[in-house]
Amino acid sequence: MRMFTIIVILLLGMIITAFPDKAFATDTYVFDNPVTEIRYKALIKELRCPKCQNQNLADSNAPIAKDLRREVFQLLQEGKADKEIVDFMVARYGEFVLYRPKVSPLTYVLWFGPLVLLLIGIVVLVLIVRKKPTIDRSAKLSSQQKSQLDQILKDK
Amino acid sequence: MNKIIRFIPLVLFIALGVVLYRGLSLNPQELPSALVGKPIPTFSLTQLLKPEVTLTENDLKGDIVLLNVWGTWCVYCKYEHPYLVDIAKSKRVSLYGLNYKDVREDATKWLKDYEDPYVFSIFDPMGKFGIELGVTAAPETFVIDANGIVRMKHVGPIDGKVWQQKFIPMIEKLEQEQGVTP
Repeated sequence: MRMFTIIVILLLGMIITAFPDKAFATDTYVFDNPVTEIRYKALIKELRCPKCQNQNLADSNAPIAKDLRREVFQLLQEGKADKEIVDFMVARYGEFVLYRPKVSPLTYVLWFGPLVLLLIGIVVLVLIVRKKPTIDRSAKLSSQQKSQLDQILKDK
Repeated sequence: MNKIIRFIPLVLFIALGVVLYRGLSLNPQELPSALVGKPIPTFSLTQLLKPEVTLTENDLKGDIVLLNVWGTWCVYCKYEHPYLVDIAKSKRVSLYGLNYKDVREDATKWLKDYEDPYVFSIFDPMGKFGIELGVTAAPETFVIDANGIVRMKHVGPIDGKVWQQKFIPMIEKLEQEQGVTP
């Protein structure tokens, strides 16, 4: 019975963590219209927490993430465009806050690296396939090999 | 030709190994500050110990300035405190504090109980100026030149080693610059 309880608790834990939207601490911001709320949610998903580096602003409970969520909310209330808000964050915390960094010489490797690796892979594959050694079908068996083969087949 | 090709995977492996090994010794918290090379952001906040005095960015100009972000809630601020006292006593730089996301009474008591190394502390209870500076947590320390341009940012506590290796070279550089253009 105790085992059963433990399993139920574990399963519940898994279900809760499978829906991070339900798990994160929510600030109680009241939006005057639903579009702003959607924009807010999109922005805090796109922006990375500068302190807890593998979380976005939405997921993180670090004080700085809380402050930045408040900042995003206030900027939205002031009627700032999404791009202005993103630029605001980049100006203060650097490109690092973007989960989708801008395409610039600094991020070429990040953006095009996988594509380049894929192309190299394709080139190597083509080279290997085309270089497949051709089997010499003209080779004939000697009379000795022929009789050996006959012998083997007969034994079967 | 074929023999060279055979070594390509080995070369790639070694290159990858070098890159990853280098990554091990990098501190991921050490982000390039977006502020380096730019002037101090504008602000208007009160002085921690004198609530009636309003400070602005102009109060931080005119000397080689260290702006230290601190709070009573910050454990490492206590750790670096004795080093800050020494730095303040050396008179080589002007040390200012940014009391970040704190309670005025607590911070005042903290400075009384220990020792106040700062010329003054800016009181930023909401962390607004902190966001302008790109502060992520305390302690952080900015080096600002005589023209009010942020030249360096250090994340984490200052101790003897950090001071010698990171701050002294920058301060010497700034002293030289100032010597040339007084």
